[in-house]
Amino acid sequence: MIIFAVLSGFGLAFLAPAICRWAKERSGWWLAILPFALTLYFFSLLPGLAEGEVQSLALAWSKELGLTFSFRADGLSLAFALLVGGVGALVAVYAGGYFGTKAPVERFYFWLFFFMASMLGVVLADNVILLFVFWELTSLSSFMLIGFEHDRNEARTAAIQALLVTASGGLVMLAGFVLLAQIGGSWELSSLVLRGENVRANPLYLAVLFLILIGAFTKSAQFPFHFWLPNAMQAPTPVSTYLHAATMVKAGVYLLARLYPVLGGTPIWLWAVGGVGAATMVLGGALALSQTDMKRLLAYSTISALGSLVMAIGIGSETALKAMVLFLLAHGLYKGTLFLVTGSVDHESGTRDVRHLGGLRRAMPYTATGSTLAALSMAGVPLFLGFVAKEYLYEAAYKVGALWITLVFLGALLNVLIAFRVGVAPFWLPAPAESGLPKRPHEAPWSMVVGPLVLGALSLILGVFPQVLGSVLVAPALSAAAGERLEVKLAAWHGVNEIFLLSLLTLGLGIGLFAIRNDVQRIAARLALPWGLDTLYQRTLDGLFALASLQTRVLQHGYLRYYLITIIVAVVGITAGGLFRWGGGSLPHLSLDLRFYELGIAIIIVLAGGVAVLSRSRLGAVAALGVAGYGVASIYLLFGAPDLAMTQFLIESLTVVLFVLAFYHLPNFAQLTPKRERMRDVVIALITGGLMTTFVFVAGGIQIHPSISQFFVENSLPLAHGRNIVNVILVDFRGLDTLGEITVLGIAGIGVFALLKLRMDQHPAKGGRPAQAGTKGGKE
Amino acid sequence: MTSLILRTMVRLLLPLLLMFSVFLLLRGHNEPGGGFVGGLMAATGFALVSIAFGSTTARQVLRIDPLFLIGVGLLLALSSGLVTLWLNQPFLTGIWYKLSLGTFGKLELGTPLLFDIGVYLTVWGVTLTIIFALEEVG
Amino acid sequence: MEVVLPFVIGSLYAMAIYMLLRRSLVKLLIGLGLLSHASNLLIFTAAGLTRSKAPVIALTADQLQPPHADPLPQALILTAIVISFGVTAFALALAYRAYRSADTDDLDQMKSTDA
Repeated sequence: MIIFAVLSGFGLAFLAPAICRWAKERSGWWLAILPFALTLYFFSLLPGLAEGEVQSLALAWSKELGLTFSFRADGLSLAFALLVGGVGALVAVYAGGYFGTKAPVERFYFWLFFFMASMLGVVLADNVILLFVFWELTSLSSFMLIGFEHDRNEARTAAIQALLVTASGGLVMLAGFVLLAQIGGSWELSSLVLRGENVRANPLYLAVLFLILIGAFTKSAQFPFHFWLPNAMQAPTPVSTYLHAATMVKAGVYLLARLYPVLGGTPIWLWAVGGVGAATMVLGGALALSQTDMKRLLAYSTISALGSLVMAIGIGSETALKAMVLFLLAHGLYKGTLFLVTGSVDHESGTRDVRHLGGLRRAMPYTATGSTLAALSMAGVPLFLGFVAKEYLYEAAYKVGALWITLVFLGALLNVLIAFRVGVAPFWLPAPAESGLPKRPHEAPWSMVVGPLVLGALSLILGVFPQVLGSVLVAPALSAAAGERLEVKLAAWHGVNEIFLLSLLTLGLGIGLFAIRNDVQRIAARLALPWGLDTLYQRTLDGLFALASLQTRVLQHGYLRYYLITIIVAVVGITAGGLFRWGGGSLPHLSLDLRFYELGIAIIIVLAGGVAVLSRSRLGAVAALGVAGYGVASIYLLFGAPDLAMTQFLIESLTVVLFVLAFYHLPNFAQLTPKRERMRDVVIALITGGLMTTFVFVAGGIQIHPSISQFFVENSLPLAHGRNIVNVILVDFRGLDTLGEITVLGIAGIGVFALLKLRMDQHPAKGGRPAQAGTKGGKE
Repeated sequence: MTSLILRTMVRLLLPLLLMFSVFLLLRGHNEPGGGFVGGLMAATGFALVSIAFGSTTARQVLRIDPLFLIGVGLLLALSSGLVTLWLNQPFLTGIWYKLSLGTFGKLELGTPLLFDIGVYLTVWGVTLTIIFALEEVG
Repeated sequence: MEVVLPFVIGSLYAMAIYMLLRRSLVKLLIGLGLLSHASNLLIFTAAGLTRSKAPVIALTADQLQPPHADPLPQALILTAIVISFGVTAFALALAYRAYRSADTDDLDQMKSTDA
């Protein structure tokens, strides 16, 4: 059943274009049915989890390599899967209104659901390789979605940047996975989590940890890889909501939580994961200070939130993990809402600049409601889910040390400011007098209001009654992350203690900062430090391109024969070196058994070859080539290879036919090379020929490995029911190779067809570009 | 190339070559022969027709587009491997059925034969595609 | 024959390489043909020559009676022969196409066409 959850997503992706064409402007509603159903399905699995029932499934993929198609839905997976499905449904509806029917919605929905399915794959996969595959598929779909408006340069650049950062991080992570599987003895996460102690005791532990961390940090935009996320805001807002706030960027968090029982709990884990998380949390908030674009503000606050999630996993105590799960949900809800709201505001008023926005409450009452609920949750106002999560985060940091709680406090403070600037100010504060909005704002269509309202309301409801989450969702997720079964009782209210006072202080100071936000922004903009590796990334990329064009100029000069000479000389040198080291001492016993007709054939082959080389006439050369081929075929016939002989005879005849047919259309031979160069080529050719002769002599006496022929000879009849062993090898023992071969042959045939049949009339004979002719002709 | 001798020869040779190619294909598993040689032999027959009468005539005699042969051949070879997936065996495992023909002995039929027929058709199709294309160019 | 074939192979290689280094595209293709003969013979010879029977189990027997030729290199060469036919055909078509586009079969002049 789980596998269908993933596969149905891919299925929907491929059906989406057809559905869009059929449902027109209502397609968002129709398309949301599946994600919604999936969400319900994931919900239905939750009660079983509390009793320890975990849905799992494994299909053989490649047993020899330890690969299985295995999925597993435990609490942690389901927590993420619920986010992916639920937000996915709301975003699908929202996008229907956002795009209308103007934009190429088919393409959008295809990649959106392709992403959804891949993301479900990431969180449900049990095999690490499978996880990796889905992981990179999410990077790929993210690339396509960020670059959705591909006619804009910024969108393309941002898409490439996101792809390079996340996909190369993923590759590094793959190396980590392979090492992990080697030292842990399993490719399955569910077995690996039971062997954490062995892994942590292994000398390769550090290598595994850092390789995997790079994957997780790039994906989840942790310092110093955070720079791609704000740039990714070039994507249409529904994409930013879904991928770059609610789900994809959380993949790294998911992975860290998933691997906590395997890799976590060591001092280095605390500092590497917790430290980076804390740094990102503060940095994200600080970088947001100078921003004025709602989307970029939210992007930086997302970085900050991801930082706190990573930090919580780094701390790794029970409270910290509880905080992580709660904050994950809280953030998904409020950040999703705020992104959608941003999209609506942009859509309806024509700007996203917080300095120009204000007083939208009257024009957009429903959007304002959703937005306010979310902002209050984000700011950590009591009775909201964000508040509950933050309480736990404070408590977790409180137990570790003063430094940590200071950092959490700073991060939270900055997020209060962002929450009010994005979620409250545009609606409740009066519009700045001097600015007129590009459009006269009015409420967004119904489809764009549902999402913010539902998510915003959930932020409040779950905040008031967090206990419904406790045993059903948080406990199983927490147990999975901690690696042991834990009970969870949540409460909205913990009484008045230090932590509560700290929360109030955060809120108060944050509102204070909000009051002087314009000064803060101006000062921050002046201080704007070139933090982040955006510049370094750009320089590296430029350097890489420069290097590539340099080596292309040097190596790929365009003279085919110098390429060939390079290759030949290298091969000859290496082979000769090998032969020399072998000593050449033990030449095999050569049988001098030579019959006169065999000698005759040998002489004919060499003579025919000579004619083929020296002939001034093309037909003569080709005929000589054919004669040489017949000679070779005769040798096959004499030495026990009738299959080869038959094939060679036929092929040789057909090859001559081909050449003759082609010669109608090709020019005559011409002497093009000057004499000196020809002499050089003769020398190279003679040396190579001499080497090959020696090589054959030596090779005849060497058997490095025992031959596998015996296996084929012995098993041909009993296993494969065939008496012609050559044929049995081709169609049975090595059938896959033959399948590959005839596929190549088929492609060659189609290639010839394409090359010869394409119309070239549009192009003058000189200076035409074959590639272009190819694409044009292909359509006819 | 309108040599009368060639044309007459080709008329006689084509059916012989085709029969021989099928013969080579079918006996290939137990005697020298097989899909590759068979396919080449069949293609040679039509190549001769094409040389003697032109590719238009050759196409008419063949009736099937050689490109179609390539597709069918590859599909057959592939499906002979996929059959095994039903039986939960690795891709391309040979599966055999023995038919008893009473006094004529027994006949063994298996997926490798299907595979070889796929090879035969692909090689046949590719060779003819190439030869026809070369002849029709210009 | 073991004494003679290495020289045949060596000569075929030498001639093939010489033709591959020509500037004329058609000559290069002929070199390609010679090269595939040379390589197939190399595999065939290196596996050991035997003047004995083909690796086919007689209808009356259950097993292959030695001496017999080695089936494995034969299977390799069989595919190589067919593939090299495909390569030759493709190269010819490419040569034709290149000649039509660049109006020359001189490889040195073709190099400027993709600039």
